Parts: sequence; structure tokens; C-alpha cells
Amino acid sequence: MILTFIETRDGKIKKSSLEALSEAKRRAGELGLAAGAALVGPAADGAGSELFGYGAAKVFHLDGPALAAYSAQGFAPALAELVRETSPQAVFISGTAMGRDLAPRLAARLGAALASDCTKVAVRDGTLVFTRPIYAGKAFLTVTLKSAPLIATLRPNVYAVESAPAPAGDIVAKDFAIPDEAVRGRVVEIVREKGEAIDVAEADIIVSGGRGMKGPENFALLQDLASVLPRAAVGASRSAVDSGWIGHAHQVGQTGKTVSPTLYLAFGISGAIQHLAGMSSSKIIVAVNKDAEAPIFKVADYGIVGDLFAVIPALKNEFSLLLRE
Amino acid sequence: MHILVFIKRVPDTESKIRIHYETKTVVEEGLNFVISPNDEYAIEEALRLREAKGGLVTVVTLGLDEALTTLRKALAMGADEAVLIKDDRKETYDALRTARILAHYARTKHPNADLLLFGRMSVGADNAAVPAMVAELLGLPQASVVTKLAIDGAAGTAYREIEGAVEKVAFTLPAVVSAQKGLNDPRYETLKGIMAAKKKTIPVIPAAELGLAPADLEPQVVVAALETPAAKQAGKILSGPPEEAATALVGLLRSEAKVI
Repeated sequence: MILTFIETRDGKIKKSSLEALSEAKRRAGELGLAAGAALVGPAADGAGSELFGYGAAKVFHLDGPALAAYSAQGFAPALAELVRETSPQAVFISGTAMGRDLAPRLAARLGAALASDCTKVAVRDGTLVFTRPIYAGKAFLTVTLKSAPLIATLRPNVYAVESAPAPAGDIVAKDFAIPDEAVRGRVVEIVREKGEAIDVAEADIIVSGGRGMKGPENFALLQDLASVLPRAAVGASRSAVDSGWIGHAHQVGQTGKTVSPTLYLAFGISGAIQHLAGMSSSKIIVAVNKDAEAPIFKVADYGIVGDLFAVIPALKNEFSLLLRE
Repeated sequence: MHILVFIKRVPDTESKIRIHYETKTVVEEGLNFVISPNDEYAIEEALRLREAKGGLVTVVTLGLDEALTTLRKALAMGADEAVLIKDDRKETYDALRTARILAHYARTKHPNADLLLFGRMSVGADNAAVPAMVAELLGLPQASVVTKLAIDGAAGTAYREIEGAVEKVAFTLPAVVSAQKGLNDPRYETLKGIMAAKKKTIPVIPAAELGLAPADLEPQVVVAALETPAAKQAGKILSGPPEEAATALVGLLRSEAKVI
């Protein structure tokens, strides 16, 4: 079995977990294995039945006093117990904030090797082979793991979600008896930024600004453009963040977030090597810059050499017209 | 309080990465090595906590002899002492191996440490896994990707970045915390600090002599290939007035790139 941890937020399954489950189903198929899915805690109550449609042959729901709120210290032992009981060949976890907090703790508990932030999983000689960016994408490392199970986090937004009609099976409930006091660190509150903004790491489209935006007030233009695009977020270069024009949560690059959106729109970003590393795996890159020699044009699929303050409203107009249809 | 800060020597973020294909390693010649940027936030936070509450800051790295320079920089920033756990291997990309060594070191040499600080992720291996692994191996609570930290007696509060929100994590010491940009503005070394750092002795402990089982020092991650991404072909430059260029671009994004 390839077991996928299913993350829920506000009782809903995260899309990136369905990506990981779909990939588990595909690779498990190649290896002649089944795909399994594991939900944890009361936050996942009622969320499991749809997983059969995404390829899970078995769905487990772990519960217990220590799992009421998310903590790696509670979730990792619960999952480890399930792994010991069911002996999956591999465990896939989407590389979200939660996944990258949890997966290493689980790996350490099981004494298993971990491949982080994988952008490709393949089967070679009957085993899984993981490819992952290092140096934020300046190079790609392909590894095999000498452990049982193999544990991998999968980068969100990279793997296709596949579903097919399937009869809903039983959800296997497992009680996990670890006392609540054994967990000495846990989430007590989630503070949302204003609105339901999508994070750059999860966005399908990133509208990103650099030094050429000239000041914090102009990031409203990017917000404006993002607001007409589906699943779009505002990103920024390091120099824009270091100038205090926008929060560091928006920073894309080697010291910020590495992203793989479908469309990356770079406005007034020259293309420092550490920025390019963080966004070069985007499917399509558009650069708008007044300097025709800016390095960003070397990685851009489409470029406009010109004044971004004229281009942004024109683009917003065009996108609005197109998407209204 | 006694704070352990774990750091790593890495190429700076402006480095161009070249590959030595026969050995499947990164070419180190010509690279400028620095303290991994996220680790600087961890050092700074430790110094601030010491300044507020008193105590001792010990900076630790696992690496080759070259990492002594990196440790010396941390001393110049103000750390009290530094230790090199000397590895006989270069980059293994195996976070669990690193975590086992660091956890074993912490357990045997500093069993009473109050706080173990790390950078969120080292530049290069990009695993972001060692802090949580060390926490598990030592049975400690963890808060990762932290942008705000408060310690009050044995109680800690950390704010950590998640997608589109911030999680407030409450924990008790001892604990493992990994630092993210936004936590603080790391200080520069002072001349006085650099002079003082030069006079300090940095103990070197071979990893093999820490008392770990030999199997724990064997990497479980096997590198099958290491490559740089293929260079992209030159894209299309759209000319004309902004409105025309915008119309052409949106048209191509739909009809040619099919992303909108």
C-alpha cells in the first residue's frame, strides 16, 4: 500500500492532499499496490467518504484525546502506529505547511528516510524514485531511499488530481490512546490575514512585483489584477520585501518560497538568480519590465518591454473581458 | 537559559550552481560560503533571549573543517561558544542522519538545554526537516517556520506561517523552534566581536566519536542523479503600445499557452 496523509482545514480536505493521493494511486498502480488514505482528528469528521473516488482502496480515520488540535507531536505517533499496523511501502504527504511540519517528525519516529518537496515520483526497478529541487530549483536531485517505509512530501500544485466514480467503502476508525498531556506543543489559534487570500505556495496564478513597483502603494495595483484572476495570489521579490513594501509571506525566491504556479506574472522584477531559482518551475512565465536587458526575460515565455504602470491596467481589462465570457 | 543554535555553512543565494556529473556533487570551487540565511534569524533570536533573560548561547554545526569559519562568524555576532561536529562526508541530503547526530550530541553533551533553535531550512539541501526530526528524537515539542517567539518561564508561544494565515503554537520548554524571515533583523558582527571571536577556541568533535551506532551514520538517501534544469528557450517579446501588447499577451496565454 502507498498511504497518503489527508490534511483537512475547517473540515474540508485540502486540494493538495488529493493531488498526493492521486499520485499515490498512479504509482501504486505501477507497483501492483493499493492506495490508502489516513485522516486524523475530529477536524476530519465526515470528510472521508469522497476519498474513495480519488483512488483510495482503504480510508483510515485516527482519533484520540491528543488529536483534537493539530500538533506534530500528536499526529506523528498516531500515524506511526498506523504505519506499524499496516506496513505500507511508502507514505506520501503533501508538502504544505502542515505536511512539512509533520512528515519529518513521522520519518524520525519510524527511523525512515525522507525525500522532501518532491516534484516528480517515478517507478524504476520496482521501487519509487524521487526527484526534488535543491538550491530552490537551481538543481534537481533524484534519490532512492534505503528504508521501510519510504516517506516523501510532494510539492503542492505539481501533481494532477484524478477522480473516478467508485463505491464508497468503510472508513476504518482507529482509536489512538496517547494521553493529551504527552503533547507539549500544539496549535491554539489560527490567525487569518484579511480576507480569504490564497497563499503564493498554493496559487494557480501569481502576480508578482519587484523594485520596479517603486513603492508599497503600488502593490494595490497587483492586488487589483489578482482579484480578477482565478486562484491568484500576490508575490514579491526580495528587494520589495526588504524595502518593507509587502510582507515576507509573499516573498518568492531562494530565501522566500519556491513556487510552481501555472502562470507567473513578474512586474518590475529584474530577475536576481535567487528569485529565478524560486519561480523557474512555473509552467508559463510572463515578464513586464522597462529594461529590455533584465535577466528575467531569459526565463520568460512572454515578455513586454515597457511601463508596467500602463501595462497592468490594460492587462486587468483584457483578463476581465476574457474571463467574463 | 541555555540555548543551542544549530547552523549550516552553505553557498550564498546569489551562487550559480554547477554540477560535477561523475561524482553527482555540486562544484564548490568559486562559491562564496555563508551562514545559511534562515540560521541568522535563529542566532539573532538566541542572542536577544540571552540579553533579556541571561544565559548561554552555544552554536553548533555538523560539517567539514571549513565550517570553522562559519562558526567564527556566529561567535562574532555574539554567541558565547561554538562547537564543530566534524563529519567525514560532504552533503548527504539525508536529514535523518544529520538529525540523529545533532540529537545525540544535544542529549549527551547538553541534556539541560532549554531551547534548540534552527533556521527554517538550510539553503541547498532544502529539506526543512532536521528541526522536527531532532524534536522527535529528543521527545520535545516543536514550532517550525516561526516569525514571532515569546518565552515566559517554561512556557513558549510561537507564531508560525501557514498558507494564508498564521498559527499560534503554545508549548513548554525544552522545545525545538525553527526560525523564518520576519522573526527579527540579524545584527552584523562588530569589530570587537570579531576580535573576541578570534581568541575563542572552537572544540572539534568527530561525529564518529559521539557514540552513535555505525548504522546511524550511514546515509539512507542514495543520490541517483543530480542535474541542473534545462535552459529555457528565448520567449516572445510583445511590442507596441501597452493596450496592444496586453491584448496580444492575453490572447497568447489562452490560445497558445492555454493557461487561462
